Amino acid sequence: MTVKVVERPRRTFATQIYIVEVWKGLAITFRHLFVNLYRHVLHRANASVTIQYPEDPAVLGHRARTRHRLLKRDDGSPRCTACLLCETICPAKCIRITAENAPDVLVEKRAKTFDIDLGMCIFCGYCVEACPVDAIHMDANDVAITSYSRKDMIWNMAELMGDKKKPASTPDA
Amino acid sequence: MSGLTPELLAWTAFKVLAAILFFGMNIAGLLGWVERKQSAVMQDRIGANRADIFGITLLGLFHPIADAIKMLTKENFQPKGVYQPLYSLAPVIAMGAGMFCLAALPFGGVVQFAGRAWSLQPIDCSVGVPLVLAALAFGVHGVVMAGYASGSNYGLLGALRGAAQMIASEVCLASSLAGVLLIYGTLDFQQAVTWQGAHVWGIVVQPLAFILFLTAGAAVTKRAPFDLPEGESEIVGFHVEYSGMKFGMFLITDFMESIVVCGVIASLFLGGWTIPGLDLPAMGPLGGALMLASFSFKVLALLFLLMQIRWTLPRFRFDQLLDLCWKNVLPLSLLNFLATVWGVYLWR
Repeated sequence: MTVKVVERPRRTFATQIYIVEVWKGLAITFRHLFVNLYRHVLHRANASVTIQYPEDPAVLGHRARTRHRLLKRDDGSPRCTACLLCETICPAKCIRITAENAPDVLVEKRAKTFDIDLGMCIFCGYCVEACPVDAIHMDANDVAITSYSRKDMIWNMAELMGDKKKPASTPDA
Repeated sequence: MSGLTPELLAWTAFKVLAAILFFGMNIAGLLGWVERKQSAVMQDRIGANRADIFGITLLGLFHPIADAIKMLTKENFQPKGVYQPLYSLAPVIAMGAGMFCLAALPFGGVVQFAGRAWSLQPIDCSVGVPLVLAALAFGVHGVVMAGYASGSNYGLLGALRGAAQMIASEVCLASSLAGVLLIYGTLDFQQAVTWQGAHVWGIVVQPLAFILFLTAGAAVTKRAPFDLPEGESEIVGFHVEYSGMKFGMFLITDFMESIVVCGVIASLFLGGWTIPGLDLPAMGPLGGALMLASFSFKVLALLFLLMQIRWTLPRFRFDQLLDLCWKNVLPLSLLNFLATVWGVYLWR
């Protein structure tokens, strides 16, 4: 393993008088200004990097952890077997599951209710790691989860599975 | 002055009001928009574009109007312990000094119209250049007053910084002009512009003075990269205790001073209202309009350059600024003056 020694750039007289450096900086910013103006005039898409979020969709990274999603089996029943591993590992204690007997004997158990309080969730992703049956993901890519009350931050099972749309929160609720 | 006739007085009052309220305030308002948009476009952003009237945003041009409404309707919060007379007077003095300078700028020459000679310079004065420099220097009183009267240590620190910075840059401002004024042989803006129209632009004979004056001018406007009287992260600034429209007046003052500095540069280095190859004073009203257009264009181009510099360079440290002014710009401008004296002596 070799060590690469990087020479610290010397302060020469040319950089010290600053005029040349100012001009170099101005050349860069002027180039950006005029190139971007040209693109704006032509309505090119790459004129700016701004994402105008409420109008345009939010652009999220591939590995972004967003709102939870409960997955289903091929027959449409929830994958969750109510093993409570996610509820146990959750550091924020935002998951509340009640279990019931499943009609399928091979599955034995299933969730009767599955509530996640997103107001308490810290988006650590432990629940996804802990799940043995791959029933919970954090890839809904939904970042607009705000509400007017703490109560409205709690999502129930149907909403997490996408069977039911979460009702919009109102200020007086 | 040949007789103060009523129509001459009215014309002068109209010119002064037009220079301050139409030229000054409109460009100052527009600069708020330019500042946002120019910085945004050169940084690959879009910039403020949300203020709208009936859904029309017009590239964010309504933001200055929204700013004005916000500042006028904001609570004028005043802390305990301010010294009321100076506290109220400070923004007026700061802005008034800038406005007065505007009225002394040569917006145009003398136009023959309807059998009379109409001067387009609001305040026709044979010592226009020292007048503008003195009024510009008077603005520092507003800064010091604001810091002192607000009864806050942070305000006072900002005011002291402002005073030291503005004195340093005022000295450079005046000394860098010495050479170019010696060549013109006048202290009158109008004659300086006429000289440049007859010979060459000042930037050709005094390129070093142009750069030095631009540097000192950027420092005297208290805007980045020399915005040391206001440091958001350290001392906030001399106007820390001001709110509402009083704060807005300090904001406008910076823009006003930028316009003044650009106006002085345009009239002493870039030929003022002259257009090369055109004899504007002989063209009557059309010539007058062209004078105003030429001068405004030069001022706006310089403001564009200053704004670009403001968004390109990182902020100076305070000792760096004082070193720049006292140890570099001032000796260079004095050397430039000595060389000019020698040159003029040999040339005559």
